[in-house]
Amino acid sequence: MTQAHSAVKSILYLNGVTKTFDGFKAINNLCLDIRPGELRAIIGPNGAGKTTMMDIITGKTKPDVGEVVFRDSIDLTQHDEADIANLGIGRKFQKPTVIESLSVWENLELALAGKRNVFQTLFFRLTQAQAHRVDEILALIGLPARRDDLARNLSHGQKQWLEIGMLIIQAPQLLLVDEPAAGMTDYETMETAKLLKNISKDHSVVVVEHDMEFIRALDSRVTVLHEGSVLAEGRLDVVQKDQRVIDVYLGR
Amino acid sequence: MRDTSVLQRLLLQDKPGKILLGCLCGLVVLVPIFNLLVPADSFFHVPTYVVTLLGKYLCFAILALALDLIWGYCGILSLGQGAFFALGGYAMGMYLMRQIGDRGVYGNANLPDFMVFLNWQELPWYWTGFDHFGFAVLMAVLVPGVLAFVFGWLAFRSRVTGVYLSIITQALTYALMLAFFRNDMGFGGNNGLTDFKEILGCDLQSSTTRVVLFVVTVITLALSYFLCKYITISKLGRVLVSIRDAESRTRFMGYRVEHYKLLVFVISAVLAGIAGALYVPQIGIINPSEFNPLNSIEIVIWVAIGGRGTLYGAVLGALLVNYGKTYFTGGIFAEFWLFILGALFIVTTIYLPRGVVGVADNWLALRRQKRLLLAAAPVEQV
Repeated sequence: MTQAHSAVKSILYLNGVTKTFDGFKAINNLCLDIRPGELRAIIGPNGAGKTTMMDIITGKTKPDVGEVVFRDSIDLTQHDEADIANLGIGRKFQKPTVIESLSVWENLELALAGKRNVFQTLFFRLTQAQAHRVDEILALIGLPARRDDLARNLSHGQKQWLEIGMLIIQAPQLLLVDEPAAGMTDYETMETAKLLKNISKDHSVVVVEHDMEFIRALDSRVTVLHEGSVLAEGRLDVVQKDQRVIDVYLGR
Repeated sequence: MRDTSVLQRLLLQDKPGKILLGCLCGLVVLVPIFNLLVPADSFFHVPTYVVTLLGKYLCFAILALALDLIWGYCGILSLGQGAFFALGGYAMGMYLMRQIGDRGVYGNANLPDFMVFLNWQELPWYWTGFDHFGFAVLMAVLVPGVLAFVFGWLAFRSRVTGVYLSIITQALTYALMLAFFRNDMGFGGNNGLTDFKEILGCDLQSSTTRVVLFVVTVITLALSYFLCKYITISKLGRVLVSIRDAESRTRFMGYRVEHYKLLVFVISAVLAGIAGALYVPQIGIINPSEFNPLNSIEIVIWVAIGGRGTLYGAVLGALLVNYGKTYFTGGIFAEFWLFILGALFIVTTIYLPRGVVGVADNWLALRRQKRLLLAAAPVEQV
């Protein structure tokens, strides 16, 4: 993973990206540069275009204009969701989406990096190493005791962790995490921040979040989005003193 | 547990499957004995019409299995599965038509009766080859399969899901019904294909032929069950469930959802086609009403009542509802059958979301709990 990182200059590069929905500019000339191994927090008021940005990066939405480049050379606008996932971008949704009728273990097994072809899946047999990897991730997300429970029986916070586990086991180079702390208790929020910092040791991570305490705990570079473009960028304490950021968040 | 062989996973760890297989084995052995060997005046004699009726139910069970695979596991609610069944039936019907030869009403060795009646001079090109049983069977598999492939490829690639997909599958079967009603289509118009005489040189009216057809149907049902079971317990089965529960999550995991949907949709259509091909020689007629959208909706009701997403539930549902249909439409309730069916569906949907199978499961779980409590009671007293 680290070798792959050192080879490329930027893991994700957005330049002049614009997306209009019925005349409304959800994303407006957005530029963003994520370095390999970076942990980046993205904040912004409702409607700032955070989720649309995620949709564009993961191929769910095609931008009207602009470049979206992965690992210096891959044009993401030419690929669909499944392709992009296999290229090495994992996405966690705002609402925890795990497969409710499968067990925790099966959820991880499904997300496990590997061939995604229909027939290979039909005749798939888990190797010892793969089973070991699943157990490893199970331990990392703190759910070994729940391995055989159906995912629908997990608490909200545990579902979030399971989903993060599913992301990691997918072995992506870049993780996009949408509001991981939404609806969590204070304790769970801090645990999640710890988990993400841990993950960012060997993945590039982009976190979209509202919760300032959480952002503070992440202790990373922060990008403030507003009306579809970057308003400010820097350390949290610097950004928080920026008059434009204060205006946007508190109103004029 | 995860290193067990395929056969073991298929058979040993599937209790309802074992019961189903046991019942089917019983049918294969007992029905021929009680029909062919026990004298007709004996109390134990199973009349041939019952054999045929059972065979019909089992064809429907295969059809229900096919729907459960796509609906119960992958969330594709097809309201047009009857179309594939009817296409399979027509393929077999065309072969049986050709077997009539010059024994038709008009005695024309080259043309089926309805073509003579329409003043046609020669056999349309698409009837070529249907003199051969193998070709007809191949078509019963290929035609539904290819139609499902093309239709599914277009629908799933454009990400048509949920109720929209249900509506277009409904439109598909309706369109086919209208087409097959037309005399110029060359499939017998609204009369369809009937008056069959022989299959592979055996008289279709004879008890032996009926019993053989029945046995073939039972074996096909067992094989279909194992095919579906194998699919659903493989990792592919879990991908299907994942698509059903959270389709876009599955995409972001890197699975090409449309390929998975397409595969099971085609398998389901092929199974439906085979069921249709087995149905027609036993029933003795195939006409455009088999394409009726209502038939396709009825399949959904069987699966819902039996319990979807279990496979054996679909089989059970098809047998129960069709037995009910035979029972009620024969008596004073005949006029009310559709109301009964509708009421059953509503009650199941609202109160028994997991169908009959779910009720049985709950009851078994309760009993187990009680037994555990009883077992635990003396310990508490100490």
